Amino acid sequence: MNYSYTLLILLLPILIFLFIGLMGDKMKPQLSGLLGTSGLLVLTLLSYFTAFNYFGHRVGESFKAIEAFQLLWLQFTDSLIIHIGILLDPLSVMMLVVITTVSLMVHIYSLGYMKGEKGFTRYYAFLSLFTFSMLGLVLATNIFQMYIFWELVGVSSYLLIGFYYERPSAVAAAKKAFIVTRFADLGFLLGILILSFYTNTFDFIKLTDLNGLAITQPTTAVFMGLSVTTWAMLLIFMGGAGKSAMFPLHIWLPDAMEGPTPVSALIHAATMVVAGVYLVARLFPLYSYTSPDSLEVIAYIGSFTSLFAAVIACTQLDIKRVLAFSTLSQIGYMMVALGVSGYGNEGLGYMASLFHLFTHAFFKALLFLGAGSVIHAVHSNLMTEMGGLKKYMPITHITFLIACLTIAGIPPLSGFFSKDEILVAAFEHNKIIFAVQWLVAGITAFYMFRLYFNIFWNHTPEYHHAPHESPATMTIPLIFLAAASIFSGFVPFHDLITSDGNPLHTEFHWMIAGPSILIAVVGISVAYVLYAKKNSKPESIATNLKGLYTMAFHKFYIDEVYLFITHKVIFNFISRPVAWFDRHIVDGTMNLIGNSTVYFSGAIKKMQSGQMQWYIWYFTSGVLLLVFLVMYLN
Amino acid sequence: MNPLLILLIIPLLTIVGIAFVKDVTKVRLVSAIGMSAQLVYAFILLYLFYQQRNAGNTDDMLFVSTTMWYESFNIQLKFGIDGISMAMIMLTAIVTFAGIFASWQVDHLPKEFFISLIILAGGVFGFFISLDLFTMFLFYEMAVIPMYLLIGLWGSGPKEYSAMKLTLMLMGGSALLMVGLLGIYFNSAPDGGRLTYDLTEIAKVNIPLAAQLFFFPFTFVGFGVLGAMFPFHTWSPDGHASAPTAVSMLHAGVLMKLGGYGCFRVAMYLLPEAAHELAWIFITLTSISVVYGAFGAIWQKDLKYINAYSSVSHCGLVLFALLMMNETATTGAILQMISHGLMTALFFALIGMIYGRTHTRMINEMGGLMKVIPFLSVIYVIAGLASLGLPGLSGFVAEMTIFVGSFQHTDMFHRVATIVAISSIVITAVYILRVVGTLLLGPITNNHYLELKDAQWFEKISGVTLVIAIAIIGLTPFWLSDLIREPLAQMIQTLTN
Repeated sequence: MNYSYTLLILLLPILIFLFIGLMGDKMKPQLSGLLGTSGLLVLTLLSYFTAFNYFGHRVGESFKAIEAFQLLWLQFTDSLIIHIGILLDPLSVMMLVVITTVSLMVHIYSLGYMKGEKGFTRYYAFLSLFTFSMLGLVLATNIFQMYIFWELVGVSSYLLIGFYYERPSAVAAAKKAFIVTRFADLGFLLGILILSFYTNTFDFIKLTDLNGLAITQPTTAVFMGLSVTTWAMLLIFMGGAGKSAMFPLHIWLPDAMEGPTPVSALIHAATMVVAGVYLVARLFPLYSYTSPDSLEVIAYIGSFTSLFAAVIACTQLDIKRVLAFSTLSQIGYMMVALGVSGYGNEGLGYMASLFHLFTHAFFKALLFLGAGSVIHAVHSNLMTEMGGLKKYMPITHITFLIACLTIAGIPPLSGFFSKDEILVAAFEHNKIIFAVQWLVAGITAFYMFRLYFNIFWNHTPEYHHAPHESPATMTIPLIFLAAASIFSGFVPFHDLITSDGNPLHTEFHWMIAGPSILIAVVGISVAYVLYAKKNSKPESIATNLKGLYTMAFHKFYIDEVYLFITHKVIFNFISRPVAWFDRHIVDGTMNLIGNSTVYFSGAIKKMQSGQMQWYIWYFTSGVLLLVFLVMYLN
Repeated sequence: MNPLLILLIIPLLTIVGIAFVKDVTKVRLVSAIGMSAQLVYAFILLYLFYQQRNAGNTDDMLFVSTTMWYESFNIQLKFGIDGISMAMIMLTAIVTFAGIFASWQVDHLPKEFFISLIILAGGVFGFFISLDLFTMFLFYEMAVIPMYLLIGLWGSGPKEYSAMKLTLMLMGGSALLMVGLLGIYFNSAPDGGRLTYDLTEIAKVNIPLAAQLFFFPFTFVGFGVLGAMFPFHTWSPDGHASAPTAVSMLHAGVLMKLGGYGCFRVAMYLLPEAAHELAWIFITLTSISVVYGAFGAIWQKDLKYINAYSSVSHCGLVLFALLMMNETATTGAILQMISHGLMTALFFALIGMIYGRTHTRMINEMGGLMKVIPFLSVIYVIAGLASLGLPGLSGFVAEMTIFVGSFQHTDMFHRVATIVAISSIVITAVYILRVVGTLLLGPITNNHYLELKDAQWFEKISGVTLVIAIAIIGLTPFWLSDLIREPLAQMIQTLTN
């Protein structure tokens, strides 16, 4: 197969970005929207075509990685070279489908949602930039190319979170997101440097080759009790944890909800935030063979984050923030699955993780776009100002309900299958983690239906304008994504996307599925009792659990801790003294040298007074002094 | 005639031209034509350079010509360039071109202003093509002296103080440098031949270790002062704050690069053993410089101070990488010089343009400029992103090359220093985004700003030229990296043996 046409997948969005960006206001806003959307339609079709070709052509039993395109970009040393290229393997082709599909839906949806906004053109330019960066990231042939696009998605995210740049909260959120992920990227970069130094390559195929030097002869160097490889893999994971908002680097994601809602759906739910999962999956053989310890760490961090975020999600009132914490929690699941996975035949977790990534992209994008539709109608983010919307917005209501059932894990919707595989993988590896994930499944069902009942049922507040269903540009993506949420569970994932490219044999376990359905139903029922109609029970529960509730409501005060470290410690205890030291000590010394020169010259300039008698006096005393010295020394 | 001489003749002709016209507009026109010609010629020279290389000319230096200038001390006018000097010439031509357009509105003594500016640029061109230590030094001084006049006469704020401080500190550096250069000269023929200032000749001899150890600090610090090495950087914030826009651009963009260039080509290349022995001291100083400058920048409120401290950080990285003494890191250092030169020139140009409109440089007094002057603001954001190392712009390429290069050292000392230096990428993001957030984004803080006009045509030329240069390097770094790397293999070999 010739895949050189895949180059268009990278070129098309960047060209659209440049065109819309440079045209700017000279272009009619609608035109830029249509251009962006139609470009993306072509892109999506191209990716489907690629996926169809790729998955249609097995080599024997398994799928092989193909480098469709390779360009030397920058040479560091003889062997460390950055290429810009396109790597096609099951993982990247799957991501290609996910990204283009969700991006296309968001492009269409935004035609309605962003209509009449100032900066409509800029919005579409940034969306194209993001799509380009994200595609470059998943198609990267080497880890440095991935890092390049990793930074580019970071900046696209910065630009889109700060889209409403006149709003100080949006500017602050954008800055926070960028700096937190930058800090994580510092780890990523160091990890890359260490890894590439010892393996002498950036190339993914070489790095993950089971017979390659990176895996067969990992360095034996040890640093502070851990092998250098483990350090490298943990540092790389730190980058992934930053992008995927794993605890304790999660603080930027809830704030990122300041961006336009479709952006939250695209970047902060379906694509960019799963980049961390993608990164670990991309390097999975390396993790699995050279550093199983770091996989353990990943599993625990994922598990903790999923529980932590789920608890917080139960207390939030801003519907987008509930969804943001839910995203954290679900990505936690994906990390757990990777963490508990083995390689090859043991690779159930790997497959489950990516399966969940796949289904989550659709149902979470659907949830965000549904939430956007609701916000569009009631002009508020707070669930306290919503209620009873099911009779006003039937399409939004039904699609949102489907998404909630999917994420809660009700069969036969897609979320059930992917979550079930994760639970099976966790059960086989670590019973404690399994128990936590099982519990989180219940909490998830509860907070999602708390959200659902509060928006669509409960009591109807007095709306300024009667809410109405959103236009077709917005409802069509909802319907499409709802269909994807229902049916994507039937994709034969174990056949296509596995850790070693060979089909994986999986079985269905009622032992696991039964309890997980049970706890989901329990969660939904509790939410029904508390939130379906207006009553005082939620408040009394909140009062009874005052301590825990307040803690969770304030997101366990993690933001405050960060604020303390950055503002109090770094700004006041490092930066300010440095500035002072520089002005007063370093520069002071320089000024002192200058001033003392001036002073001494002032002191001795009297010697050149022009008065003859003084000169004669100096001369005579000098001669006398010399005579005396000569006589004395002899 | 040596094609390199045209690089000196064009500025000379421009100066003569300016001297003969009267009108302000004509002065501008002549300067603009002259420096555009210089820019075009720099490209022609690049073409000629590649032509020679493609024709199989593998000499270290191309276009070499020698004329005896002062027989008794063996001072020659020796010119020649390699890939590194070629890259620096391109940088100088671009920054000078942008600088002329950025100072379009200078109306106080315009003739004298443009003449001084072009003398300065001419000095820099002369420096980069010289292969004789004495003439090199001469051109260096030729670039520094007009600086005093430019700041003292056309500056703002405490300009006499700043001009004096800058000139005295740089002169102090020159004094150290003179000692170093004379030391090299008097040891240039240890076997009893003729003493020489010829750089390529000295590189072939082994200067006795004791002499190397004694003169290396003089030479390195002498150039280091110009390269804003901690703790000799304090002329930079004050000097830049008072300097007129184009002078800041040329100074930070080009003149500071003379420091890094000299540190490498003179101090380290001619005194390699001492460089090895003493590298640890300067690695420590420069890695401090990198984070120190960045932390210093976080706390500043004046745009020019922020940029001056950021320059301390970025230029610290240049010297840091040079001292790593391997091909990759050194390539990175030269790339960083070029990248920083372009970025910082762009920053100073923009700061000047913003100051010309709002009459303040305090970020706390401004806000929401994106809405009123979008063109300048977008360019500012691009400059900021380049500065914090966004891929696709020049900063990333340079920094990554430096980091990968520095990481090739396996011992603890180099590793720690490297990690300290790398951590600056986070701090840089903090101060850049702080400025962008406060200055450009958010609500408009002052209603007078609603009447501000966006960039005029000459400002657009200045800004866009620099942005294009930054983007070209960022998007297609391979050719520049190859151009720089090519002479390094041999030089690094001299250094490491």
